[in-house]
Amino acid sequence: MSFTNEQLERYSRHIILKEIGAKGQKKLLNARVLVIGAGGLGAPAAMYLAAAGVGTIGIADADEVDLSNLQRQIIHATKDLGKPKVQSAKETMNELNPDVTVNTYHTFVTSENIREIIRDYDFIIDGTDNFPAKFLINDACVMEKKPFSHAGIIRFKGQLMTYVPGEGPCYRCVFRDPPPKDAVPTCKQAGVVGAMGGVIGSLQAMEAIKFIVGKGQLLTGYLLTYDALTMEFRKIKLPHNTENCPVCGTHPTITQLIDYEQAECDGAL
Amino acid sequence: MRILVAGETKEVKEGLTVAELLINEQVETPEYVTVTVNDDFIDPANFEKTELKENDSIEFLYFMGGGRYVVY
Repeated sequence: MSFTNEQLERYSRHIILKEIGAKGQKKLLNARVLVIGAGGLGAPAAMYLAAAGVGTIGIADADEVDLSNLQRQIIHATKDLGKPKVQSAKETMNELNPDVTVNTYHTFVTSENIREIIRDYDFIIDGTDNFPAKFLINDACVMEKKPFSHAGIIRFKGQLMTYVPGEGPCYRCVFRDPPPKDAVPTCKQAGVVGAMGGVIGSLQAMEAIKFIVGKGQLLTGYLLTYDALTMEFRKIKLPHNTENCPVCGTHPTITQLIDYEQAECDGAL
Repeated sequence: MRILVAGETKEVKEGLTVAELLINEQVETPEYVTVTVNDDFIDPANFEKTELKENDSIEFLYFMGGGRYVVY
C-alpha cells in the first residue's frame, strides 16, 4: 500500500516522527481499534484515533445523545440530540477523516455479544462508566487474548492502565470484584469535569497508538492516576504476581463471562 | 517509624497495621480499596493482621467508574 499525496500531507506530522514514520503510519491505517462507550472517554479517544488514521474503528454504545452529555462528550454536537451516539460518533469521525472505516454497534456489550465483537479488533478501549461493563470487558479481553486500555474518571480524578495478554496484571488482578449492586455509598451523585474525559481519553488513544506502532512503554503493570486539583500524575507500580487472579491467573475460576447487575444510579458517562 | 503512603513520607507508630492505616488516612469505604505494600497486593482478609515495617511503601488503589457512580 502506498500513500496518496493527500495522505502524505494529512499524516505528515506522524511520518516525520522517527518512532512512527511511513511504516508506523501504514500500521495505523491497517489497524483495527474498538472503542466501547461513546461518552466522556470514548469521544476524545475515538476522535484522536480517527484523526490519526486508524483504518478501522469500531464504536459501541446503546445510548442516544442527551443534552447533559455535551459538557464532555465532544464527538457529539447540539444538532445530534436524540441521535444514537454511535451514529453521531461515526459522522464526526468520517468528517474528520475519510480514510477511516467506522463500524457501529448500537447495543450494550453483554456476555452474549462481547467476545464476538472484540474478536475483530487489535486493541480495545474501555470508555464505559460502570463496573459491570468494566469487568465484562476485562474478562472478555483476557479470554480472547486482546490488549485493552482501562480508564475511569470521576469529579477531578482519573485513572488508566493497559492490559496486554501475558505482560502484566489485568483489571481484575487489581480490583477483584465489582462493588455489589446495593453497596453504600455507590449511589452518591458525583459529577465529572468535562475536560477530564479529554485528558484521560486522549491518554487511552495514545496507548492504542503506541501499541499499534510498537514504540515506547505501555501502562502495563502500572496504574496511572491523575488529580486535576493538585495537578499530580502518579504512575503506580502494580504487583507482578498475577497467578492467583481468578481470570488471568494460572488456574482461572472465572471461565464464563458474567453479567453483573448495574446499580440503580448508574448513568451515562 | 517512617513509611511511604501514596508516595508521601509519614511518621507512624511501630507495628501499625494496614487496617489502622486505612483509618488514619480516612479512607472512605475501605472494603472497596485495593491496598498494595511494596508492590504486593494485600488480601483484605489480612488488613487487620498485616503490620507495616519501616520504609514500607503503601498504595491505595480506588475504583473509578463514571460520572454518577462512585465508590470512594
